[in-house]
Amino acid sequence: MTTLLILTVLVLVAIAIWQMTKIFELSRLKTERHQIANDTDNKNNGYMLFAFLIFIYGITIFSFWKYTKVLLPEAASAHGGEYDYLMLISMIIIFVVQTITQALLHYFGYKYRGEKNKKALFYSDNDRLEFIWTIIPVIVLAGLILWGLYTWTSIMDVNEDDDPLIVELYAQQFNWTARYGGADNVLGSANVRMIDIDRANVLGLDESDSYATDDVIVKELHLPVGRKVNFKMRSQDVLHSAYMPHFRAQMNCVPGMITEFSFTPTKTTAEARLDPDVVDKVKRTNAIRAERAANGEDNSDPWEFDYILLCNKICGKSHYNMQMKIIVETQEEYDAWMAGQQSFGQTMASVQ
Amino acid sequence: MSATAHAHVEDHSEDHAHHHKETFVTKYIFSQDHKMIARQYLITGLIMGFIGIAMSLIFRMQLAWPGQSFPLFETILGRWAPDGVMDANIYLALITIHGTIMVFFVLTAGLSGTFSNLLIPLQIGARDMASGFLNMLSYWMFFISSVIMVLSLFVEAGPAAAGWTIYPPLSALPMAQPGSGMGMTLWLVSMAIFIASSLLGSLNYIVTVINLRTKGMSMTRLPLTIWAFFVTAVIGVISFPVLLSAALLLIMDRSFGTSFFLSDIFIQGEVLHYQGGSPVLYEHLFWFLGHPEVYIVLLPALGITSEVMSTNARKPIFGYRAMVASILAIAFLSTIVWGHHMFISGMNPFLGSVFTFTTLLIAIPSAVKAFNYITTLWKGNLQLNPAMLFSIGLVSTFITGGLTGIILGDSTLDINVHDTYFVVAHFHLVMGISALYGLFAGVYHWFPKMFEGKMMNKNLGYVHFWVTAICAYGVFFPMHFVGMAGVPRRYYENTAFPMFDELTDVQILMTVFALIAGLAQLVFLYNFISSIFYGKKGPKNPWKSNTLEWTAEMKHIHGNWDGPIPHVHRWAYDYSKVDENGEYIIPGQDFVPQTVPLQKDEEEMNH
Repeated sequence: MTTLLILTVLVLVAIAIWQMTKIFELSRLKTERHQIANDTDNKNNGYMLFAFLIFIYGITIFSFWKYTKVLLPEAASAHGGEYDYLMLISMIIIFVVQTITQALLHYFGYKYRGEKNKKALFYSDNDRLEFIWTIIPVIVLAGLILWGLYTWTSIMDVNEDDDPLIVELYAQQFNWTARYGGADNVLGSANVRMIDIDRANVLGLDESDSYATDDVIVKELHLPVGRKVNFKMRSQDVLHSAYMPHFRAQMNCVPGMITEFSFTPTKTTAEARLDPDVVDKVKRTNAIRAERAANGEDNSDPWEFDYILLCNKICGKSHYNMQMKIIVETQEEYDAWMAGQQSFGQTMASVQ
Repeated sequence: MSATAHAHVEDHSEDHAHHHKETFVTKYIFSQDHKMIARQYLITGLIMGFIGIAMSLIFRMQLAWPGQSFPLFETILGRWAPDGVMDANIYLALITIHGTIMVFFVLTAGLSGTFSNLLIPLQIGARDMASGFLNMLSYWMFFISSVIMVLSLFVEAGPAAAGWTIYPPLSALPMAQPGSGMGMTLWLVSMAIFIASSLLGSLNYIVTVINLRTKGMSMTRLPLTIWAFFVTAVIGVISFPVLLSAALLLIMDRSFGTSFFLSDIFIQGEVLHYQGGSPVLYEHLFWFLGHPEVYIVLLPALGITSEVMSTNARKPIFGYRAMVASILAIAFLSTIVWGHHMFISGMNPFLGSVFTFTTLLIAIPSAVKAFNYITTLWKGNLQLNPAMLFSIGLVSTFITGGLTGIILGDSTLDINVHDTYFVVAHFHLVMGISALYGLFAGVYHWFPKMFEGKMMNKNLGYVHFWVTAICAYGVFFPMHFVGMAGVPRRYYENTAFPMFDELTDVQILMTVFALIAGLAQLVFLYNFISSIFYGKKGPKNPWKSNTLEWTAEMKHIHGNWDGPIPHVHRWAYDYSKVDENGEYIIPGQDFVPQTVPLQKDEEEMNH
């Protein structure tokens, strides 16, 4: 496959060079007449501009047709629906403007291509026209700004209403850890200065803090569906970013600071796996992976859909593989899972 | 001021033909002549551009065929690609240096440095820059910083690899990443010198534009190129010092144990002493330059486009005053939008709201500019020279890339596309490709001015433009979809996430387009070099342009005009102007150079 590709590229390069020398030779003959565009150039390039417009539309349609399916599935969080809707409206506005302006730009380029005795119109100003195309963006943008700000304020308002689950996301090169508040749903205080690797206190919890005793530290994030989660993010070394694309959620993890984000998961992992878009995606992906398996390549195990937490701020060598699985489940499943976890106090006791 | 006035008087009285004897060193190396300095900037910028683009091709190959062994990699990267498989650290180094080189060395120094130097004196009617010596110093500091940046590629532990934004703590701690050792030190030293160079250059441009305009060249008669260069220099002077302070504080944190940006760090089994600093502070300082930098890159390109488009459309630029106002508005707004890079950095969400508001405001002057360009084409007599095509291409990518800014500037929508390939696609189109098109437009258009009347080959120019234009969209249009599928940027490979498996196809498509685009640049390079040596001389004013530079001597002489400096009687855009009878002002000629006095009963435009 690679050899074929390299060969194709080489052949293309050869053709390109051959064509170019030819063009160059041809143009050499006319060099005396100078290198300024003449009517033939204007005509050819005018047509090319028109063709280019079609190319732009073509690549747009192609991309939508071919790649819409790779986009993220429907949002799995309460605010995600609002997010997706705002995105859709913004995209529609963008595409309307894009389609019209590109058409005008390239069509004018084609239509008014130069001819020897043509006269251009001396047209230097029109206050009304300029007013119109100032005021239209003003109105449209004002609408988008207001809508965006309203949504932003409600998403970023991290509060304690509705009894949220408190979860700490702890980032380090190159993995994630989650910490739950335990039965009291309160996180014990912590600081990197209290990390004691020998005693397995890897998150630097204050062992004398009674709130810390029942904290639960895990490597897989479980969330009960329908309950608001307030995330408190920490990082022990460099900047990281907790990116949960399926929930339309992201926040940087900053050493020396606790950052926050909050959302309510609305769809369990099991439900998400039944989403027709997800089913199709899994099917396509597993076809690719089966092909790899047939070729004896790595990374070819069948895949099952899962929500995922990615690191999205450059953090070093293995930045590309800093992830944690997120499982959204029913309250009962969550409780059962939680019951099976060891608390921080128990871990400490077993070490001593 | 009095010296300037004096100089003017002198110009009237004497011929200014006394030439100094020049040696090879004073003419080609330590030259104080702005035209030579412009050429030095351009060629240094192009060499850096060659390195920067080559890097992008290499890491695009890694993205398309992750983990594949390419003998090419081993040849170029040596021990960083054992058996031809790229190392993850060098991938990050490549993207870091690619970004740094393209943004600062090519599109700031190479674009603005070249054309500000070449055009400011020539288009305002000055014999040279206000200070030829500072100008020379500016170039040589740029040269030294380029050399240091290139040398940093050969450091034992590898070059800087923390991303071009070099956020601490990653960039501050050698334990976090090998590139944050000597490589990062050299990066910081190189950038500190670069900033000094840029400040010297900018101050010179500002003073020259304010003080050395020829008689009659009022501010409202300035070509838009000069307005763009002038305002760019002003933004540079305002914002570059802030980057210097960020770099200095980072150097202190790295080398002298201060805690400006660092706090509570536990790495490789030990707690570091840093306490009380904040990486968010660094982000504020960095983006206080970083965002205006986008416009430092873009405004000169837009200025060049204005000039090239008007000349080749044989029409005045539409809405000259609105264009100037837009440049000023963009410049002002550019300094108060930096927070949109930091919506999810952990800063107060209320700040995010303010920055959303200012950011979306900046779309208004940008939209006005785009509409004005389109209207400039309307009912023109378009001379589709390569420079003109690049200008049209610029408007096209400026619109496509600018529109997605509406999504990224909206704090809400930014949450899920922040730091994904959507951002990469956006800024490459709106500032990368657009500014490069501006650079190319400038080179094709002013090549005769830069190389004593020699012209570049137009057919090779057409090949260059069309292949580049198609490939640029081929690379960056599908990239939006990759971003919206949730693929983060700066990932060495996407194989760790099965959900990205089906995107491999897109990656290959983009890489193939990128490789072809890279080849097309070789056509330009060949054209550029061969035209310097073998290019045929064209007419003195090949594009039939109004501006003053075409009245200067074709042969490069010290002082630009053999005789007295020309005086200016009108704005730069009297193309196809007609009198009441529908006849051209100058019979048989569709342009009226700025040096031609107003005719009887002629109405003056815009001043």
